[in-house]
Amino acid sequence: MKTTYREAMRAALRDAMKRDERVFLMGEDVGRYGGSFAVSLGLLEEFGPDRIRDTPLSESGFVGAGIGAALGGMRPVVEIMTVNFSLLALDQIINNAATLLHMSGGQFNVPIVIRMTTGAGRQLGAQHSHSLEGWYAHIPGLRILAPATLADARGMLWTALQDPDPVLIFEHGSLYNVAGELDDDAGAVDIDKATLLREGDAITLITYGGTLPLVLEAAEQLDGEGIDADVIDLRTLRPLDAHTIMDSVARTHRAVVVDEGWRSGSISAEIAARICEQAFFDLDAPVERVCSLEVPVPYAKHLEQAALPSVERVMAAARRAVGAGG
Amino acid sequence: MTTLRSQGIPDAEHAVHLLRQMLRVRRLEEKCIELYSAAKIRGFLHVYIGEEAVAAGVMEALEPEDAVVATYREHGHALLRGVSAGAILAEMYGHAEGCCRGRGGSMHLFDAATRFYGGNAIVVSGLPLAVGLALADRMAGRQRVTVCFFGEGAVAEGEFHESMNLAALWQLPVLFCCENNLYAMGTALGRSESQTDIALKADGYEISAWAVDGMDVLAVEEAARRAVDAVRSGGGPHFLELRTYRFRAHSMFDPELYREKSEVTRWMERDPISLLRAAMQAAGQLPEKDWAALQADVDAEISTAVGFAENGTPEPVSELSRFVYSDRPDDASAGGGGPEERGTTAGKGGAAG
Repeated sequence: MKTTYREAMRAALRDAMKRDERVFLMGEDVGRYGGSFAVSLGLLEEFGPDRIRDTPLSESGFVGAGIGAALGGMRPVVEIMTVNFSLLALDQIINNAATLLHMSGGQFNVPIVIRMTTGAGRQLGAQHSHSLEGWYAHIPGLRILAPATLADARGMLWTALQDPDPVLIFEHGSLYNVAGELDDDAGAVDIDKATLLREGDAITLITYGGTLPLVLEAAEQLDGEGIDADVIDLRTLRPLDAHTIMDSVARTHRAVVVDEGWRSGSISAEIAARICEQAFFDLDAPVERVCSLEVPVPYAKHLEQAALPSVERVMAAARRAVGAGG
Repeated sequence: MTTLRSQGIPDAEHAVHLLRQMLRVRRLEEKCIELYSAAKIRGFLHVYIGEEAVAAGVMEALEPEDAVVATYREHGHALLRGVSAGAILAEMYGHAEGCCRGRGGSMHLFDAATRFYGGNAIVVSGLPLAVGLALADRMAGRQRVTVCFFGEGAVAEGEFHESMNLAALWQLPVLFCCENNLYAMGTALGRSESQTDIALKADGYEISAWAVDGMDVLAVEEAARRAVDAVRSGGGPHFLELRTYRFRAHSMFDPELYREKSEVTRWMERDPISLLRAAMQAAGQLPEKDWAALQADVDAEISTAVGFAENGTPEPVSELSRFVYSDRPDDASAGGGGPEERGTTAGKGGAAG
């Protein structure tokens, strides 16, 4: 069937609400407004205000309440409008959700799912455009998902809800309108493994989330230049599936990591370090990284685009890695 | 505020029970100070001495299925909620027999069996959790109450206000118990709050709130029963401001430069244990031999607990990376978070993931 990323997300929520009466959605404008990105449009009418629960603008309060509800036996899905706003809830996410199981010696699980948008590209300025999922991937106790495909938009939520531990799902804002074919019976998907979306033998392109479409496009164009690329969709930033990365690098001997976060201290830094630790002798070239420039994301379209990873920058990095000139 | 004198003493058995509860907390913590000084236990140690009437009175109003959320000054709450003194002390020793297997320590006591949810060291962090626990009960149609203890320092934090608002907006079954001991570490209430009437703040959120003499266990119990009954019967969130005082320093590292000794001495004249004991004696309820027997009982309990903790076993380092993520059916051994963590960190004994 033809669907969009947004509709796939909505179908996943509807499915979860029907399957398990403990599941409920809570967040800013998820109900009467229909979701700030229209993901939950229509669900209020279907499930009522108890389970599609509008909250005040109090991120720490309602994320903490979600954690408490999870401790109390519910399966909350908490929506935060953007990753920038999630910073107001860092105390609850990091000091409580991520730590309660360990601090309690295994007594208290926190089966919460927190969804939020991430990323730039829509001229929304610095306070709505950052990519901070790499920060969250720093935290032991959290699982970090970044669905990039329709199948993952449809399938990751239910798997996340089966996880006894806190799961954060980052949805890139530029993906919601992506349309395509999805199997009629599409359902839950694995959240442990990265996916090799395209096979080549010259170089490994590693990315996730909102930059996947541009990396696939770069791979197509590189193919035309005789550079045949593996493309890995990480899907899960924590725990990282290093096996899929190393298997690919062992075949291609070159890697480019594409990450919309800033380069310093980023998830791409982690991936590059792991390749050096685990696959150093497989490498024929330094690991390349294509990240956002280290500026707050600006409003003006030309400035914003110049700050973000692009097809051209990915291709240039790949060419450098294979020694074809950048 | 009501006083012991104005209410009269309950029956002797109940009065002795309350006295015992307060004394158990007092003796446990006096022992903690000793053990700390002897370097048997480490980390931060915050004792509740002087404030025992608050936990003792409030716990009386609760049922086993209710939930309790507390702060880092929570040994008394844990003990009176039903966590054994042995499990509490073993936790401070870092032993496997501790209520959190040595991962929590003094500030992070948890116990699933008694629905004791910490043990939170971020002063206000427990409030949203309590709101959520109450929300879960509400959504599941359970008649349970969640009680949340926090200090007056927490009211300066944003989560306090977010939690008051949410609890009142959704009419959740939660009882907020503000333990107002007048100092947030060393900062006096008047130096941190523009409005020092804390019950009034809760009132501003349309939450029924009143102030109680927190040195008077009978007043605390009476107020708590009234509030818990109201919460349980669907009356929405309630709020108690319990006016109390800690006789000891904030922690073992605190030189107490911020308050006069004379102030401490003045408050110690209203020691909640002495106050109840004196009232009972005046009512002819507590012969000297009964008081001696009570003390001996409590001393024996604590002494046994120390022995239990002392003879415990250190939580093995091989277990270090357990409980970061849940053990899963297909991965019972490592407890890691996924293929990579599971495969490497447990094996190498590291916690890097």
